[in-house]
Amino acid sequence: MTKDVKVKAPKKRKSASLERRKARGGWIFVAPFVIGFLLIYLPMVVDSITYSFNTIKVIPGVGYELIPVGWANYYEALFDDPDYLQTLIKGLQTLALDVPMIIIFSLFMAVLLNQKMAGRAAFRAIFFLPVILSTGIMEEIRASNAFTEYAGSTEGIDDGSGQNASSEIVSSMDVERLFSGMAVGEGLVEYVAQAINNIYNIVNRSGVQMLIFLSGLQSISPAIYESVQIDGATAWETFWKITFPMITPMILVNVVYTIIDSFTTNSNQVMVFIQNMYTENNVLSSAMAWIYFLVVILILAVVSAIMSAFVFYQRRD
Amino acid sequence: MNAQQIDNKPKVQKESKNKIRVEFERTPLKERLKAKFLSLFFLKKVVWYIFRLVLLIGIAYVVLFPFFSEVAGSIMAPQDFKDVEVRLIPKNFSLDIYKAIWTELEYVKAFTNTLILALVTALIQTFICSFVAYGLAKFKFKGNKLVFFAVIFSLVVPHQTLQLSLFMEFRYFDILGIAKLLNGGGIELFGRTFLQSIDVIPDSWKLFTPGGITLTNTYWPWIILSLSGLAFKNGLYIFLLRQFFKGVPDELEESAYMDGSGIIKTFFSIILPLSVPMMITVFLFAFSWQWTDTFYTDTFFTIQDKAKLLPKIVGIPDSLSGVVDPAYQNLYYAAIRNTCGIMIIAPLVVLYLFCQRFLVQGIERSGLTAD
Repeated sequence: MTKDVKVKAPKKRKSASLERRKARGGWIFVAPFVIGFLLIYLPMVVDSITYSFNTIKVIPGVGYELIPVGWANYYEALFDDPDYLQTLIKGLQTLALDVPMIIIFSLFMAVLLNQKMAGRAAFRAIFFLPVILSTGIMEEIRASNAFTEYAGSTEGIDDGSGQNASSEIVSSMDVERLFSGMAVGEGLVEYVAQAINNIYNIVNRSGVQMLIFLSGLQSISPAIYESVQIDGATAWETFWKITFPMITPMILVNVVYTIIDSFTTNSNQVMVFIQNMYTENNVLSSAMAWIYFLVVILILAVVSAIMSAFVFYQRRD
Repeated sequence: MNAQQIDNKPKVQKESKNKIRVEFERTPLKERLKAKFLSLFFLKKVVWYIFRLVLLIGIAYVVLFPFFSEVAGSIMAPQDFKDVEVRLIPKNFSLDIYKAIWTELEYVKAFTNTLILALVTALIQTFICSFVAYGLAKFKFKGNKLVFFAVIFSLVVPHQTLQLSLFMEFRYFDILGIAKLLNGGGIELFGRTFLQSIDVIPDSWKLFTPGGITLTNTYWPWIILSLSGLAFKNGLYIFLLRQFFKGVPDELEESAYMDGSGIIKTFFSIILPLSVPMMITVFLFAFSWQWTDTFYTDTFFTIQDKAKLLPKIVGIPDSLSGVVDPAYQNLYYAAIRNTCGIMIIAPLVVLYLFCQRFLVQGIERSGLTAD
């Protein structure tokens, strides 16, 4: 208490020091969340786990009853349900393919949109549009839309090539032809073709990531760029020696965010599966959701543990 | 012309007190142009410029194309859907679809309901999240890390995992068993029992049921979740705002404390005005994600007619069903659904046009760091 005598003669010293007042202030600020978390969220999580170990028996006109069944729901989800495990594995495969694409794309776009050029504001506005608009109901409307596909395709119109073009932007045939001279595996070719055809999906899902990368790029001091420029570094070197290391913390954040986002989004096939199951058998859907959640948490932990070894933190002092 | 471009020695004469006259020999225009435009450096710049422009326009097309096609489909007359030649540009212009949606699907009512809900929840969320984020960013107290971990946890657990318990929570809303106590039951912590004789069926509009208060089919679940920063993606907002507040220099608050301003007052009078762009960004997210949300609406509104929200209007108006040949009906119905989508997001587009400059500004200023 008497440590800070050096403070300019305060007339009345209040009972609590500034430190303690600040600590108390902190609790005041976070109180809404903490109260809500303890009283609403945590009970909900506990309930949800409880449901997954029970079965609900509806008693018409009276209510319902929970009958504990132990691990039966989990057992059923994993071993008895014919589709769940397959959907889960497929979902994780998609996740593994999509996450690097989204990260690379959004980093690339952020670097591009960070440069000074005419119409930058307009391009930014367009690229962030999906963050705001292509969510919830729009995602559902667009998920399988006959008209948009029809309008985008040129099928039925004779374009002189003698064959009907499809709505794909590039076919993997084209990409194969392009890559045929290079010694790259077939897997890579397919990955690239898939990425390009999937571009709408990827652009739509990388809005927030672009924002986060942009803000990361903005926070790199221009002085560093100036000094490497004086030393004669090319733009390529500057990117890999300066921009990339400085942006690695953001990459970690974005990888985590992308994983979370892509496994909670409505269009995720596992989520769709669980959602459909909810209407049939809601306790089973709880169990499935928790299995899924545990798997993803595990992935998150592993990925962030591996990645944090490569993250570069600049000392700011 | 411009004194900065001089490289050969200029002559400087003083003309009057405040005026100088600079004379220098300029390199001839032709040579200057040559040096500027015929270099490899310039060529590289042009190539890069064109490449970048093409790329950006291409991706912008990818983003905008669905909107184009949706708008195009919405203004086509029914006979255009049969026409093979018509793809993106309608031959016969018609606003029938809009009219039908407007009159038959209760657009105005749904719009008003959604506006109220989205506005209220977005405002509460913006405010609460910045409150919590400020506490996490600027105060070192025991448990700070733990609270932040809880925030991230609430972001990571998908809502679908909690769907059943979300419904149960608000169908039988009862914190610490207070409602049960009022009904003559005992207090129970955490382990609320659902095994009771509850009249589920018609009188669910009674405010007090023995199991707790029925809050489903009202806006209360949203408000309660927003008030505690637990609503959709609030973890992300708290995270973004926390990073933003971390970038605000401590000296600002310290000087305010020196002047005798309290912690809360400092927040409102110093920090909040500073963080308007970031808060607008969060508001924009919260508002538009609530606007198009279907998950919570489906979970909390078990009775559809109670409050019609915009995402619920998606459907085929009666007057338009059977207008087109069954062969093309698929296409026509898709176009109608698209039109519903356009009408749902039209207000958001307007909002976005006003707010988008804050979107980048807010994030840019935050100087996000990942520590």
